Amino acid sequence: MYVAVKGGETAIAHSLHLIADRRRGDRDLAELTLEQIDQQLGLAVDRVMTEGSCYDRRLAALAIKQARGDLIEAIFLLRAYRTTLPRFGDSEPLDTARMVAERRISAAFKDVPGGQVLGPTYDYTHRLLDFSLAVAADRPEAPTAPADTAHALPHVGDILAREGLLEPPPEATGERPDDLTRHPLSLPADRPLRLQNLARGDEGFLLALGYSTQRGYGNNHPFVGEIRYGHVPVAFIPEELGFAIEIAEIDVTECDMVNQFAGSHDVPPQFTRGYGLAFGHAERKAIAMALVDRALRARELAESADSPAQDEEFVLAHSDNVEASGFVQHLKLPHYVDFQSELVVVRALRAEVEERNRRAAEQAVTLSQAAE
Amino acid sequence: MSCKESDTEAVDRRRRWLSILAKAPEARLDLLWQALGPVPAYTILRRPETGLVMLHGRISGNGAPFCAGEMTVTRAAVRLETGEVGFGYVGGRHAHQAEIVAVLDALGQREEWRDRLEAEIVSPLADEAEARHRLIAARAAATKVEFFTVAREAGT
Repeated sequence: MYVAVKGGETAIAHSLHLIADRRRGDRDLAELTLEQIDQQLGLAVDRVMTEGSCYDRRLAALAIKQARGDLIEAIFLLRAYRTTLPRFGDSEPLDTARMVAERRISAAFKDVPGGQVLGPTYDYTHRLLDFSLAVAADRPEAPTAPADTAHALPHVGDILAREGLLEPPPEATGERPDDLTRHPLSLPADRPLRLQNLARGDEGFLLALGYSTQRGYGNNHPFVGEIRYGHVPVAFIPEELGFAIEIAEIDVTECDMVNQFAGSHDVPPQFTRGYGLAFGHAERKAIAMALVDRALRARELAESADSPAQDEEFVLAHSDNVEASGFVQHLKLPHYVDFQSELVVVRALRAEVEERNRRAAEQAVTLSQAAE
Repeated sequence: MSCKESDTEAVDRRRRWLSILAKAPEARLDLLWQALGPVPAYTILRRPETGLVMLHGRISGNGAPFCAGEMTVTRAAVRLETGEVGFGYVGGRHAHQAEIVAVLDALGQREEWRDRLEAEIVSPLADEAEARHRLIAARAAATKVEFFTVAREAGT
């Protein structure tokens, strides 16, 4: 029998109070400020902005504080907030060649114009816990060296593309790219739409898929052609003005991956490419995105597409951690009615089986008596 | 001294001003604005309003565009008593900054204000932005790899 029930309002209200209490923690300790989160947990802010698909450092810091450091919950909060805002329009495409770079390396070409600039990287740390950080102390400023700021940093890929060794990227058609926030995903998706999906996709999911390609599930022989991280201006044309102005400067990480070469009767052999772009400093994300972008081009490049990372529907439908977390975590909410109906079915089945077994046993007894 | 701007000059100057003012830190712009003293009265045509702009990236940095994610932007519009209309568009949720930028955009269209605003607000902010970039580049330059080759000497 099904009986509709209500209840739990007080329990829920008290649960919210309890979470607020736990968020604050020990009252003898200073409360965390958004500025501290932005400045000292900046890479967490970067991830929340990237996967929340909304560049606003302060909002991301607030989301991290509210979610008590649960970044996927923070990403959900930021995504929910952005739906309350009107859309003013689309920016002019970011010009990453104009980046004021803090870091720029190539793992493929040693002598790139502008040089190998390591910037702030964990790549060459020993991954030993630094116990000097356990106490507050004065920290020295970073050293400086004379720099040439007058020249734009050419993309490494452009230099090779000019020689024809590297495939040029697809050219702009002049049409506005499809936008997932305006129309739901439809398959097959073109490359710009796939890149939007991957740009907001879960870092862990893309990391695992990228790794799977390296381990042989759709290998595409990647080299990091270039990774750069730094500040780029955002240009926008307000309708009232009719000319482009710069409205902000944002941090982005870009990865241009050089992959397995391909050729045909018409095109001589040349390296192919995958691309990754993330807000803030997020190299693991940008590299994983570039690997998966390249893997998803399997069909276009006439490669066999039998690995998970090459399966467009599988990748694009499962990359979003807001959707994934919502559907996985909804299992915690009351399913009393669903479960009740299954319980009725299982009980009925069991009764049926028991009845059948009882009859079979009776029949066996009758038969054995008849035999005697 | 100021003289009348042609239409192209006006567009070029406004483009430069609006870009520098939008990229300045809000607190710093406010300080220079306060230091300016009294400014002519203005009416608000559009209250500061926050919304989103979809940022476009380009495949491999220079190819076809794609939607890379949004950013918050705040805009405002004002009109001076003398009729000039100014607009402010600034990244982030900086309502006060958007309003100041709009007023400065309107004031900059008046000859008697132009040089003073350039000297007291726009130029200093442009210099400060450049200094910030120089510091970033100088710190990055200190992490540039100097390769050296170890050559084995013949016969040893």
